[in-house]
Amino acid sequence: MIKKAFTKEHFVRGVLTAFALSSLLFLFLIFIFILIEGVPLFHKIGLKNIILGFKWAPTKGSFGIFPMIVSSFLVTFGALVIGAPLGLSCAIYLSEYSGKRLKLFLKPALELLAGIPSVVYGFLGVIYIVPIVRNYFGGPGFSLLATSIILGVMILPTVISISFDALVSVPKTYREGSFAMGATKWQTIYKVIIPSASSGILASFILGMGRAIGETMAVIMVAGNALRIPTSILDPLRTLTSNIALELAYATGDHRLGLFSTGVVLLIIIMTLNYIANFAIKRRVIK
Amino acid sequence: MKRFFGAWLLLSVIVLLSCNNSGPTKAPKYKRHTVTVAGSTSIMPFVEKLSEHFMVDHPGFAIDVQGGGSTAGIQACLNDTVNIGMSSRQLKEQERLLNQIIMCYDGISIVVHPRNPITALPLKAVRDIFSGKIRNWSELGWLNREIDAVTREEGSGTRGSFEDLVMHGTEISDRIMVQDSNGSVKEVVATDPYAIGYISLGLVDGKVRAVTIDGVQPNAENIKLGEYKIVRPFLFVTHGELDRGGREFVDFVLSEQGQNILKKEGLIGAYD
Repeated sequence: MIKKAFTKEHFVRGVLTAFALSSLLFLFLIFIFILIEGVPLFHKIGLKNIILGFKWAPTKGSFGIFPMIVSSFLVTFGALVIGAPLGLSCAIYLSEYSGKRLKLFLKPALELLAGIPSVVYGFLGVIYIVPIVRNYFGGPGFSLLATSIILGVMILPTVISISFDALVSVPKTYREGSFAMGATKWQTIYKVIIPSASSGILASFILGMGRAIGETMAVIMVAGNALRIPTSILDPLRTLTSNIALELAYATGDHRLGLFSTGVVLLIIIMTLNYIANFAIKRRVIK
Repeated sequence: MKRFFGAWLLLSVIVLLSCNNSGPTKAPKYKRHTVTVAGSTSIMPFVEKLSEHFMVDHPGFAIDVQGGGSTAGIQACLNDTVNIGMSSRQLKEQERLLNQIIMCYDGISIVVHPRNPITALPLKAVRDIFSGKIRNWSELGWLNREIDAVTREEGSGTRGSFEDLVMHGTEISDRIMVQDSNGSVKEVVATDPYAIGYISLGLVDGKVRAVTIDGVQPNAENIKLGEYKIVRPFLFVTHGELDRGGREFVDFVLSEQGQNILKKEGLIGAYD
């Protein structure tokens, strides 16, 4: 009887291990498939002509995605400009000022914000943000500004929850020490708590960037998708993700491979961002 | 716990097995008299409508209509994975071994916001707007405001026809906005008073206004007379002989009843 239970335990453990490892397998497979489809074009057209090329006309043999790389970073930066201060202030409020009851109300609300599908954000952007930008700032409305606003809101949950964790994990003794020195609450926050939580806050920004750079549907709907590098915040632009989603339906042959090459570049950017964020979080844990 | 786990395992196996379906360009497992049609997303809504009417009269047949795009439809037809491909652009040289059947004609209309006072444009002005040469409405005799032009994405059949019929080899500028369907182009033009775009004539309604090109109003009448030149055929393409179901469906589309359905949708019949 004991022996049987023992083997069953083994069985369950084995099955669960296999399932747990399968996520690793999926990551590996995705990576392999994107590389298999995307790398041949780098050989054929040349790395430089793709990464630094200015002209994207895949049916006519030009595969330059440099404007999209720049645009992807621009919207990500724009999202941070809007989302980071908002998110950080919210996290500070939640961890330092808010009462328990308000916290109980705000946390689930933020989780709900994270759960809203991106197409809904995009739809709201098209209906409200785009006309506002067009009427009050000029340009077509489909623009870097509108995209940054939408993405700024979309990265809020990521920024808030991770920087909140970082702020909360600052030891209580730090606060008490600071108060004992006669510092006010705000002095304590910006002289003691924020510096000691800085790596976690940084990680939250970087993960927010990862979220913004990978966002597709909402961006397609509000960015206008023009191929040129925007010269003002009111110009339309096209990111790496929207390039893939826009054109995949009709793409064949080299055009399709070109979209996979776009995917390779995107994958590398996102992996780098995640690696940096992990590095920042780990450093905090060790400290 | 054990029972739950067993049920869960069973469920995952079922899910995994049912994942074994075919992509949009592959034919599903054949039932009797199933006809698969795939290709242009511009034609798809019309063919869906036709297939509904067809299946009412012919209960023995099932028509499976899928999108994917003109090029994907032609490719799938070449690989014999679909019975009939739909194309909203002319066949290229290496695709000419397919049989093509013109199901109807569709005009591409240049549309602006209803409040835009410009109701007529020369074809050359349209070309200059989309090539980036004309960038301000004041150059066309309206207020001093940049033109928000919208085009379709690379690879689209509508864009392909627009390039052939309007641009005549001039490239569409990279500062022009891009939307990925007739519907989103229409939505942009309907909401932005300074926008201009091009969509299928059948989709023009009160939300956008079609401008006259070189003095010719885009409508079925002028297309039949050959006055309005921005017209493209909607094609069925087939590889070799069609089976009975496919033939019946094509015959139905070309019949008076089928053509009338298309005309009611704003398209121009194959015989006009």
